[in-house]
Amino acid sequence: MLTFTIRRLILAIPTLLFISLVIFLLLQLAPGDPMAQVPLTVPPEVKEKMRQALGLGQPVYVQYWKWIVQFFWIEPQVLIDNIFGTSLTEGKLRVISWQTRSPVMDIVYQRLPQTLWVVGVAYLVGILIALPIGIYSAYRQYSVFDNAGTFVTMVGFSVPPFFSGVLVIVIFAVNLGWFPSIYDTTHKVTDWASFKVQLNQMFLPVMVLALQITSQISRFMRASMLDNLNQDYVRTARAKGLSEWTVVMTHVLRNSMIPVVTVIALGIPSIFGGAIITEQVFKVNGIGQLLITSIQANDLPMVQTLTFIFAVLIVLFNLVADVLYGILDPRIRYD
Amino acid sequence: MTDTVQHVEQTEASRSQWWDVWDQFKSHRGALVGLVIFAIIVFGVTLGPFIWRADPQAIPPVVEMIKQRDYRPIYTALWDSGAKVSWANPLGTDNLARDNLARLMYGGRVSIAVGLTAMVLSIVLGTAIGVVAGYFRKFDGPLMRTTDLFLALPLLPLILVASLLFREPLSAMFGVEGGTFALIVALIGITSWMQTARIVRGDVLALKEREFVLAARSIGTPARRIITNHILPNIMSPIMVSATLGIASSIITESALSFLGFGFPPDFPTWGRLLNDSVDRMVSYPERVIWPGLAISLTVLSVNYIGDGLRDALDPRIRGR
Repeated sequence: MLTFTIRRLILAIPTLLFISLVIFLLLQLAPGDPMAQVPLTVPPEVKEKMRQALGLGQPVYVQYWKWIVQFFWIEPQVLIDNIFGTSLTEGKLRVISWQTRSPVMDIVYQRLPQTLWVVGVAYLVGILIALPIGIYSAYRQYSVFDNAGTFVTMVGFSVPPFFSGVLVIVIFAVNLGWFPSIYDTTHKVTDWASFKVQLNQMFLPVMVLALQITSQISRFMRASMLDNLNQDYVRTARAKGLSEWTVVMTHVLRNSMIPVVTVIALGIPSIFGGAIITEQVFKVNGIGQLLITSIQANDLPMVQTLTFIFAVLIVLFNLVADVLYGILDPRIRYD
Repeated sequence: MTDTVQHVEQTEASRSQWWDVWDQFKSHRGALVGLVIFAIIVFGVTLGPFIWRADPQAIPPVVEMIKQRDYRPIYTALWDSGAKVSWANPLGTDNLARDNLARLMYGGRVSIAVGLTAMVLSIVLGTAIGVVAGYFRKFDGPLMRTTDLFLALPLLPLILVASLLFREPLSAMFGVEGGTFALIVALIGITSWMQTARIVRGDVLALKEREFVLAARSIGTPARRIITNHILPNIMSPIMVSATLGIASSIITESALSFLGFGFPPDFPTWGRLLNDSVDRMVSYPERVIWPGLAISLTVLSVNYIGDGLRDALDPRIRGR
């Protein structure tokens, strides 16, 4: 298992390098000019110098190499500096955003907590709702509960977040006035009252995201439980005289969780992608919103770094899913 | 008497696999309702504009525009007698006095056309790659690594970037609307073929070893004809299911792009675009958000139900139970 993990980790490095090259080359085609916002009175030779200062004059492979060095070598050192208070990176050039002229990773660190709060809580809530629904739907297949649950998950699967989000804003924020429609990121949690405000403003975006997650996972849970409920070992367990609770919740559930856990792991990176839209609807300034604004502003280093971070998440959680599958299911042997 | 018996025998003899599939499909109530709703929506958006002839893009001269804009839907009069309604605009008008019903129908045309075309592109790509990878061993490795690579790419951010990148050259080539259409269809198609390719490859790998393929090969059938005559008909079921589900995801992706402002140009109605334009004024005019959103959701929901029903109907283990 350990050798498998190490082998996959080593294999992930060329994959990620290749993906970063693909993203970089795609961005090189971008027609937008980062100097477009500079006033027309600035003479062309000054503009050319500004362009040089952004590192645009150099050949493509030099630009790519510099980005690689900055992202993989200097940024981890910055992280170490920040944690241990050392000064490894004094005067070294980091990945700089063209839009704000500050290091890209600093902005990402500023934006990450908002995304993690909303997306992370939504994912947890979604899983917590999905599992019981999936289990009970499968246990009582074709019952009223199952049919209703299947319909609701199908609706949650089909209604895009930019409609469900807008709909809940109209109903709960505008007409009923229970929750705010805009997520206030400057809000700080200091005591119980401000924590309640935070919960209140998180409720709508979390519920919209959780609806989607719930519908995907509970469909998987139901299918997986149905596969297992007809197996011979279930009949054996019942024949031994075990209680229904033990049979379903211990024997069947543990076996059904194997594929579901991997689906949960695989879904984490796609949730970051899906959150782009939800963040836009609720005006949460997380990394999804950062990506949209930097694409519109032609901020290539920012787009490159953010897209690559998404790619790292996908590759990483694919690996996590494979490893989890091997750990949970003793029949799977990778070696 | 003998006539009727013969007749019955004949229908049973001519009964193909697709009749069984249709019988099983009919027993799935959700799929049947979905099929009816999807048919109504498709007919509504294709034939509707011939009956309801209002122009979705024409803006009247300024004075007229100010008089005619912001009509509420006709049903608002039920609870608000002072509402500005008119029978000339059953769903009201928008802030530039364009008819909402006409915009909804034209928007649906574009959204559904994008969904269908992108689905065809993605299915053709996925099937071709899956068949080649499954049938020809030497292409298996490279093609499947490419598939893995595409699965590892963050697709939504890349679609957003690429939709800005290639907009200008394509608009110059096909005109603004045609160019955007080609761009969005190509982007969705290129980023959604991977699941189909994997499923098809798996099925082809299993089919390739079966006796009838071996028999065909032993009488000297060329690979091309084995694929078209023996393999493709046998993998139609998974392809049809992923085609149906592909329509749903293409429509959602297109609407999401339009919603984020990366899709069609602003004056060109699509469902996502209509939704995006109306969000700022949804407090005063909720209907402008609700109708396009409802249209997207209903279409996708019905297509998903059709896909579910098809999957059950095409599975011979379930059929006839």
